[in-house]
Amino acid sequence: MSNTAMLEVKNLTKHFKAGKGQEVHAVDNVSFTLEKGKTLGLVGESGCGKSSCARTIIRIYDPTEGQILLDGQDITHMKQRELKPLRKKMQMIFQDPYASLNARMTVRDIIAEPLLAHGIVKKKDQANEYVYPMLERVGLTKEHANRYAHEFSGGQRQRVGIARALVLQPELVICDEPISALDVSIQAQVINLLKDFQEERGVSYLFIAHDLSMVRYVSDDVGVMYLGQLVEVCEADEIYKNPLHPYTRGLLGSIPIANPRLAREKEKSSIEGDIPSPIDPPAGCRFHTRCPYAKPACSQQAPELKDVGAGHQVACHLY
Amino acid sequence: MEPILKIENLKTSFMTSNGEVQAVRGVSFTVEKGEIVGLVGESGSGKSVTSMSILKLLADTARIKEGKILFEGEDLTQYSRAQMRKIRGGKISMIFQDPMSSLNPLIPVGKQVAEMIREHHREKSKEEIKKEVLELFARVRIPEPEKRYRSFPHEFSGGMRQRVMIAMALANRPDLLIADEPTTALDVTIQDQILKQLRELKKEYGTSIIFITHDLGVVAELCDRVVVLYGGLVMEEATIYDIFENPKHPYTLGLLASIPALDQDKSRRLKPIPGSPPDMTKPPQGCPFAPRCPYARVVCGRELPEMTEVAEDHRSRCWLLSPDAPDENNPFRKNGRAGEERRESHE
Repeated sequence: MSNTAMLEVKNLTKHFKAGKGQEVHAVDNVSFTLEKGKTLGLVGESGCGKSSCARTIIRIYDPTEGQILLDGQDITHMKQRELKPLRKKMQMIFQDPYASLNARMTVRDIIAEPLLAHGIVKKKDQANEYVYPMLERVGLTKEHANRYAHEFSGGQRQRVGIARALVLQPELVICDEPISALDVSIQAQVINLLKDFQEERGVSYLFIAHDLSMVRYVSDDVGVMYLGQLVEVCEADEIYKNPLHPYTRGLLGSIPIANPRLAREKEKSSIEGDIPSPIDPPAGCRFHTRCPYAKPACSQQAPELKDVGAGHQVACHLY
Repeated sequence: MEPILKIENLKTSFMTSNGEVQAVRGVSFTVEKGEIVGLVGESGSGKSVTSMSILKLLADTARIKEGKILFEGEDLTQYSRAQMRKIRGGKISMIFQDPMSSLNPLIPVGKQVAEMIREHHREKSKEEIKKEVLELFARVRIPEPEKRYRSFPHEFSGGMRQRVMIAMALANRPDLLIADEPTTALDVTIQDQILKQLRELKKEYGTSIIFITHDLGVVAELCDRVVVLYGGLVMEEATIYDIFENPKHPYTLGLLASIPALDQDKSRRLKPIPGSPPDMTKPPQGCPFAPRCPYARVVCGRELPEMTEVAEDHRSRCWLLSPDAPDENNPFRKNGRAGEERRESHE
């Protein structure tokens, strides 16, 4: 096992019981590696399993099958008590800064809580030496410490969420749509902040989003998910220059281009129809119901994720 | 040709326990027939309140304090409740961001759309109306219209629900469609399908559309003209090409710089707009963008600039455009490139 991998996920599967003996196939057989100090972006439509995947990795959910290695250590079946010391290493930033901060705690208490929980400080008043620099680091001030979350704008709240996640100096941060609830002019502030932290401390990010241009901008590698499965993984620039999977192409073709002339010229290769239900996903390749290139084989046999050269992996019968 | 909609100096406020929130502070713009106008701005810029004012769908605490909303020459601000009911869903209709909260969960969707037609055309028979609804469903590409007619909103995906909303909005062939962030809650693939339909609609029926969004990509794909709002005021108004290729307001410049292009150089940092939008209970005295503007001078904080005609169909509200503005740190002058470095240090 190489010790350069921060996170290794092998054949991760998470099914939820949906009653009547049915199961939601949220995550199916997903494998990837996130190197230390790097960012892996996970993209896909809503319901593709990217958030479930993140939550299973951080063990908010228990995996149905597969293996999760955090810095070489197998955490797949660890009990919550055993996991606790490891939580210092992995933290999460949530999508909704309105819902993820306790409304009855001051910002100081919110940021101090993980420090107390992990015994880094013994008493609340000792936490200030960690809290104040952290606040300043994320672009807030000491004066903000005594305020409550509702007194802040969305962008400021997300900074508090970031401060709480980073105050423990984690090695892995899972960012679940950290900017999608924010205004455009504020999104860039948060992204720059995350990038700076990576440069300073070598944090690894698992960055989940549906905004493909932002994902490309922050990520070293990108994985595209569809109905619980990874359909393509490769280097971030490669996925935009040379997308192979028909789903990836369609997804890229659907992104609005912020250039009126190009937007009007381009031949749109959008995807028709809706994402099928994950309770009873289509047999064979799960994308075949919407794929313009589907062959008979596609509805019978599920394609494996295979390397087609230079680390570019794709799961499609066309390759 | 006479524009279909002409808004003149619209001022809308909310009376709250914290005082008057001046959400819209004197907005003027026009929409021509068959034109798609993008209303762009961040949360709190006044874009939704402007559109809600047109249809008078405002909360009880809100008041249109001043201004005219001329629709086909008639001032809607003077209309009675009964007159407004005729207009809504008739000549002007609206699509909202969240289709789930705009549909009645207890009534089949077909019936809800039919109700919209009946409301405006009492003379039509039940069968006639049903036939029209099925045609509308086919038109917005809802598969199996017959079967879907009897389905309930919860049986639809987000994208399908938004199609039902569009079908409902189109039911009476409106002259003006107001779409308030209709694709923000949808996935890009579904957004793409919906945008395509709006484009077709404009082409086929010549419907005018006001499209409210904060997504500049969507604006570039869809709109003919753009109105940029900030702090309850129009900051810039121009054709789609001028907004992207020749922007004349620092806020527009900032918006364009804060989104990464798909081929963005990754080593280059994004340039966010520092700070956050103003508190509209105490709107700033001068230009509302001045506290966040990298080019702001003393005058900007003191006095609100007027809208200046930059070119034909291109107007902007900025002191930097005034003839006595300095060349230094002025992005709108040839030798004003010094501004670039200032922006960097401002992050």
